[in-house]
Amino acid sequence: MTDRKSEIKLVGVPGSPGICIGKAYLVDTDSAGVEVVEKYFIKKENIQSEASRFKSAVKSAREELTGIIESIPEDLWEHVHILETHKIMFKDKMLYGKTLDTIENEQVNAEWALKKVVVNVKSMFRDIEDPYIRGRISDIVHVSDRIMRHLLGTTDVNIGKIDKRVILVAHDLSPADTSQIQLERIKGFITDRGGRTSHTAIIAKTLDIPSVLGLEKATSVIENDDIIIVDGERGVIIVNPSEESLLTYQNRQEVYFAYKADIAKTSHLPAETTDGVRLNVLGNIELPTEISQVKGYGGDGIGLFRTEFLYLSRKDFPNEEELFSEYKKVVEQIAPQPVTIRTLDINGDKAIAFDKTDDEVNPALGLRAIRFCLRRPDIFETQLRAILRAAVYGNVKIMFPMISGYEEVQEAIGFLDKASESLTKDGVEHTRNIDVGVMIEVPSAVIIADILADMVDFFSIGTNDLVQYSLAIDRGNRQVAYLFQSLHPAVIRMIKHVIEVSSTKGVDVVMCGEMAGIPTNLPVLLGLGMNALSMNPPAIPVIKNAIRSLSVADSRAFMEDVLAQSSAEGVNKLVAETFGDLLMTRQASEA
Amino acid sequence: MCTKDVSIINELGLHARAAALLAQTAAKAANGVWIIDGDRKVDASSVIDILGLACGKGTIITLQIDDRSDEPVLDELVRMVEAGFGE
Repeated sequence: MTDRKSEIKLVGVPGSPGICIGKAYLVDTDSAGVEVVEKYFIKKENIQSEASRFKSAVKSAREELTGIIESIPEDLWEHVHILETHKIMFKDKMLYGKTLDTIENEQVNAEWALKKVVVNVKSMFRDIEDPYIRGRISDIVHVSDRIMRHLLGTTDVNIGKIDKRVILVAHDLSPADTSQIQLERIKGFITDRGGRTSHTAIIAKTLDIPSVLGLEKATSVIENDDIIIVDGERGVIIVNPSEESLLTYQNRQEVYFAYKADIAKTSHLPAETTDGVRLNVLGNIELPTEISQVKGYGGDGIGLFRTEFLYLSRKDFPNEEELFSEYKKVVEQIAPQPVTIRTLDINGDKAIAFDKTDDEVNPALGLRAIRFCLRRPDIFETQLRAILRAAVYGNVKIMFPMISGYEEVQEAIGFLDKASESLTKDGVEHTRNIDVGVMIEVPSAVIIADILADMVDFFSIGTNDLVQYSLAIDRGNRQVAYLFQSLHPAVIRMIKHVIEVSSTKGVDVVMCGEMAGIPTNLPVLLGLGMNALSMNPPAIPVIKNAIRSLSVADSRAFMEDVLAQSSAEGVNKLVAETFGDLLMTRQASEA
Repeated sequence: MCTKDVSIINELGLHARAAALLAQTAAKAANGVWIIDGDRKVDASSVIDILGLACGKGTIITLQIDDRSDEPVLDELVRMVEAGFGE
């Protein structure tokens, strides 16, 4: 038994969720042949034929890619454009022309010339600041590798032809490789290279098979037919697992499958408690592209549309038309379901590079969100006008972040009215007939909720900041991270107060912080009377599922015990003891 | 020679697909077509060169043709950039 290989654990970047166990199949896409290129000189009379050898390698590489593009199934077409770009790159002057020049001028073989050209292009890209553009070097490398394989006569491993149920192990998979993966043949895949934003990662998610990327040395550690476990959620792989690890993961896999099948089946059904109370489960989004996720996961609308992205990584402020067209897209796509647009919440942790005022010592308590907007009416009015115009196209609500006092709400609403008047004067189509709300995330806003309620249609509890400000902990400071407790008795009492005020005053309440997307918080939230929760889209099915196993009546009764607890630890323990079976196992299998 | 200035409106700047569309169109010209950003000038028919410029959103680039006979190509390029490459 001594030659039994020992278990090795590697940690990489989670590509796509799920767990699979199977035999490794190494695909040498970045073959040694490409890495180690020999240099030799070409006699003058043979230069022409060396150049033609390169040209025909490019031609066949290009034909090969064309074939791949044509064979891509329809549901992956949105990724084809990157391959079309690869196709154009084959004849790019910087690659094709320069390689031919190098062959001729330096009288060297085509492989060496190509390698030299690519090294130069790489160095040109290395200094580019924009991470997206810098990342495009991988596209150029994929193209040149494909040419190189044809020059060297090494054949591309045809991933489409693998006929065993295996786990692919590769140095890197190009988008072309990934799109050829045949789902019924491959259990999962892992790569040395690649990060969260690589095209490979994006395609992996659409394929819905487990994958771990960026493992760095997977191809050097793993041998063909090694048994491996891929844990796509944690971004971990285990090579030559022990009996114990195998058992653990087999169980986890079963639970995961059962759980996934379960929630997928029901994610479109309403989130109704066992005693018939229907909750609104909404999604938080940042980019218009995330709407499809909210819909796919069965969300009831968008409870928080963060609008900062259009203001970040650029040199100036966006104009009204730009904002309007983005908002309109979101509003139209989610209609008739509602979308709550939060006005600009910047500075603090996401300062705008081009308009950076003096560095603040304490940005979380500084000139941010509504304070920043009220200070800069030009920027604020532009956004308000764009929102009122987009509101014509669906069900729009607007809310102001970081409200700490009465005057801020008054002023903000004043600007909204002014924006509406100016649009009327300009004869631009818009509507002022929308719900207006405020974020409840500063303790002072909780305490004067009764005053604020008279001015607005709804409250949105932003738990991330509310916890941070109430418990006086810097979210970014690791030293005090342990104090960040959503179920702290103070936080529970504040939420309770906000809900009580809103029911007396007849305003709606929704919760849109992280707290809303964690199943173990649900008994408390239901017990307090929350009936609308907004969260990151992937949490929607999980939360809907958990809601269906709880009852409001039980949760209300449970609240008496919760309110008797003197610490967050006590509350957590109580939840675990009372609802453990119902909520914890779900969460464990999801983790 | 003839030039036109145009501003990049796409979120990702002159990204891969945009660069590919530009290069394909520029390749239709009979003579040189160039993209100028500040003191850098690259061949508009090379995707790699265009990507190398790393033009972010809001950058104003100058499109230049060596010969007036390529004016239809120049106009088409300007239209493409202004339309945000149809995104």
